[in-house]
Amino acid sequence: MNEFVQLWVYLSSTPLFGLTATLVVYLLAQALYVRAGQAAWANPVLWSVVALAATLTATGTAYPTYFSGAQFIHFLLGPAVVALAWPLWQRRAALRAHGARFVIAALAGGTAAAVSAVTLAWALGLPADVMLSLAPKSVTAPVAMGVADKIGGVPALAAVFAVLTGMVGALSGKYLFDALGIGTDATGWMARGFALGTAAHGIGAARALQVNADAGAWAALALGLQVLLAAVLIPLVAGWF
Amino acid sequence: MNALRGLTWLLVLQSIGEVLARGLALPLPGPVVGLVLLLFALNWALVRDSVAAVADFLLGHLSLLFVPVGVGVMVHLDLLGRYGLRLAAVIVASTWIGLAVTALLLRALMPDAQSDTAPPGESEGPR
Repeated sequence: MNEFVQLWVYLSSTPLFGLTATLVVYLLAQALYVRAGQAAWANPVLWSVVALAATLTATGTAYPTYFSGAQFIHFLLGPAVVALAWPLWQRRAALRAHGARFVIAALAGGTAAAVSAVTLAWALGLPADVMLSLAPKSVTAPVAMGVADKIGGVPALAAVFAVLTGMVGALSGKYLFDALGIGTDATGWMARGFALGTAAHGIGAARALQVNADAGAWAALALGLQVLLAAVLIPLVAGWF
Repeated sequence: MNALRGLTWLLVLQSIGEVLARGLALPLPGPVVGLVLLLFALNWALVRDSVAAVADFLLGHLSLLFVPVGVGVMVHLDLLGRYGLRLAAVIVASTWIGLAVTALLLRALMPDAQSDTAPPGESEGPR
C-alpha cells in the first residue's frame, strides 16, 4: 500500500501523468459521446473537464502539476490557429463571392456577443477585471488570452470564459437555431455552422463538424474570420475607453 | 512525412508570426499573424499538400485542445462560486445573442442561389 502511494506520488508529479490522463479521459468521453448518439449533453469537452477536475481534486493533485503534462496538448492550439488558414483557403471562392456578407455577419455577431457580455456584466455589478475578461470570450481560447492581456483582463479567466462559452454554444445551439426557424437545408447549415464558429469558437466549430461536414467547414471559416477580426478590433475598441 | 512537413510549416509560420507581432508591436497575437502568412503560402503547392494533411487532423480534434485550459476552471472555483449565477447569466445570454444575430443575419444576407452549392440533408444528426 505504502509503495503504491509512493508510486502514485512519483507518477502524478511527472508530465507523463497530465498528458496521458488528458488523452485517456478524452478518448473515453469521445466514446461515450458516440454511444449517446452524439447528443449535445454528452459533449466530450464538458465531460473530460469534469472528470479530470474531479480526479485532480480527489487525488489532491495541483492544477500546475497536471498542466506540466497537459501543456503539450495546450501548445497545439497555436499551430491549430495557424492551420485555420486551410479552411479559409479552401472556401476562397465562397469568400470571394460573399466575402462582405460573411464579414458583416461575423462582425455583427461577434460585436453583439462581446457588447452584450460586457453590458450585462456591468449591469450585474461584476468587477472590472472580470468584465474585461468576458469581452473576448467568443474568440478561441489562445487568442482570447492574448486579447484579455492587452485590454486589462485576466488571461486565465478569459480562457475559462471562452471554454464555457464554447460549451454553451455546443450544448444549446441546436435548440436555439430550431427555435429561430433556421432550417437544415444548405443555407441553414451554413448559417448554423457559421454562427457556431463566430460565437462559440473552436468548441462550437468542433460540434458543427461532428454534426454536418458542410456546417463544420463554414464553422471553421467563421472561426478563422472571427480570430482575425477580434484580434484587430477588440484592442482598438478597448483603446477608446 | 508529409504530416511532419506540414507541422513544421505551421510552427515556422507561427514563429515568424510571433517575431513580426512583437517586433512591429502589432495588436495581433503571433498565431493570427501566422494564419495570415499561411493564407498566402497556401497558393504554393509544396506548402498546400503538406499543410492539408496536418491541418485536417489538428482541426478535426480541435475540441481536445481546449481540455487542459478547461480543467483550469477548478482553479477559479471560488470566483465562479462568488459570481456563479451572474457569470452564468452573462455567458449564456451573450452566447445566445451572438449565435442568433450571426445566424439570422447571414441567412438574411445570403442570396437564395446559395442553396444549390451543397446537397441538403447530408446528415440528419441532431445539432
